[in-house]
Amino acid sequence: MKNKLPLLITFMAGIIVIVSDFIPHRPFGTISGTIEEWFLIISGFAIILGNLSLFKVNLNKIQFKMENWQYSIVTLFSFILMVVLGVLWGMETNAGFLGHGESISSFLGDKKPFDYLFDNVYQNLSATMFSLLAFFIASAAYRAFIGRTFESKLLVVSAILVMLGRTTLGTYLTGWLPNSLDFLHLPNIASFIMKYPNTAGQRAIMIGAGLGIIGSSIRIILGIERSYLGGN
Amino acid sequence: MERIGIWIGVFFTFCIFSFLYKDNPFYKVAEQVFVGLSAGYWFMYTVFSILKPNLYVPLTTDFRANWILIIPAILGFMMLVRLIPKIDWLSRFPISLMIGTTAGVSLIRFLQSDVINQLSATMINPFKGSGIIEIFGNFLLIIGTFTGVIYFYFSKKHEGVFGGIAKIGVIFLMISFGSAFGYTTMARISLLIGRLQFLLGDWLHIIAQ
Repeated sequence: MKNKLPLLITFMAGIIVIVSDFIPHRPFGTISGTIEEWFLIISGFAIILGNLSLFKVNLNKIQFKMENWQYSIVTLFSFILMVVLGVLWGMETNAGFLGHGESISSFLGDKKPFDYLFDNVYQNLSATMFSLLAFFIASAAYRAFIGRTFESKLLVVSAILVMLGRTTLGTYLTGWLPNSLDFLHLPNIASFIMKYPNTAGQRAIMIGAGLGIIGSSIRIILGIERSYLGGN
Repeated sequence: MERIGIWIGVFFTFCIFSFLYKDNPFYKVAEQVFVGLSAGYWFMYTVFSILKPNLYVPLTTDFRANWILIIPAILGFMMLVRLIPKIDWLSRFPISLMIGTTAGVSLIRFLQSDVINQLSATMINPFKGSGIIEIFGNFLLIIGTFTGVIYFYFSKKHEGVFGGIAKIGVIFLMISFGSAFGYTTMARISLLIGRLQFLLGDWLHIIAQ
């Protein structure tokens, strides 16, 4: 029961979803719709499981005073603060246990406490964290630029042409070219690269990845791939 | 309070940027705050946007018509017991339902969008372009897609004519990676510009917002 029933559920769910795409009538259409509705609800619980797991891992770190355990207190405090504010006064248009918190919202500049924290802390942290990558991508670019193989040189040249072609500098650099040599205008070169060779490469990747995903899906539905069941 | 919010944002912005010097406690604190707030945000988002409208509201407003939703609710709670080692095997049932549904949906979706649609978009008449450049581009599109797919075929050793075709595929893939790299770099730099605008505009009012 521990192994065979889950495999049977996987098989049935996968087959029903596939069949319902070809026969969108009763009973397949209805069953498929129900399964997809259930999927949404269970995926909600899966997100909660992830949160609880994060909570447990950090709690263990604090309990056993593992390396850098102090930072786990910060993680748990931030998590609890966000959840408590959301539960008490809600988020966006949703009300919490204490309603919409009009008085506290007007104090915070017409923002609920949850949204205030989201806008002023989360948004700033998120944007800064990703903008930090601009510096690291610069060092990655340096490593790519000193590439000595023909392939790495191609990568560098197309990256430079695309970057220049999409900025005003590119327009300025080749703006003096006569109309007869319009195709050498950097923005046009960048558009050409994006429209043809880049699309061809992306298509090859998409087709390759698509075939790989289809193969994996068939293996999962037929029960050949069963690593998701874990041990035992 | 809006001004205090900006100051809090500035503090955390500098905490993250301090990593450019070296890893330090300020960065670590900001990083952990980000992790905690993200988890908290997604927790509340799940409750308000998924579980409340799809489970709680239907069950509490019209139980007779929606009693069937008790099954996914039970499966959802079975998912949560994964944290209890003694009965964690119970979580296999909801996981298998999710995996099966995902596999079925992915098979159809990727077959349609990533294989059939891409192949049919490549099967064009290359001479139907409006000019020499477009015709040349159409040829590149067809040759690049074909040779790129050949490169991803690993059941045959890449040697001889087959290896030569795969090598042409690599050229197109490299151009594609280069373009993607260029775009990613520009996106990150525009984010950095956004942060500088926040610091110099919203906070210091040195530049116009």
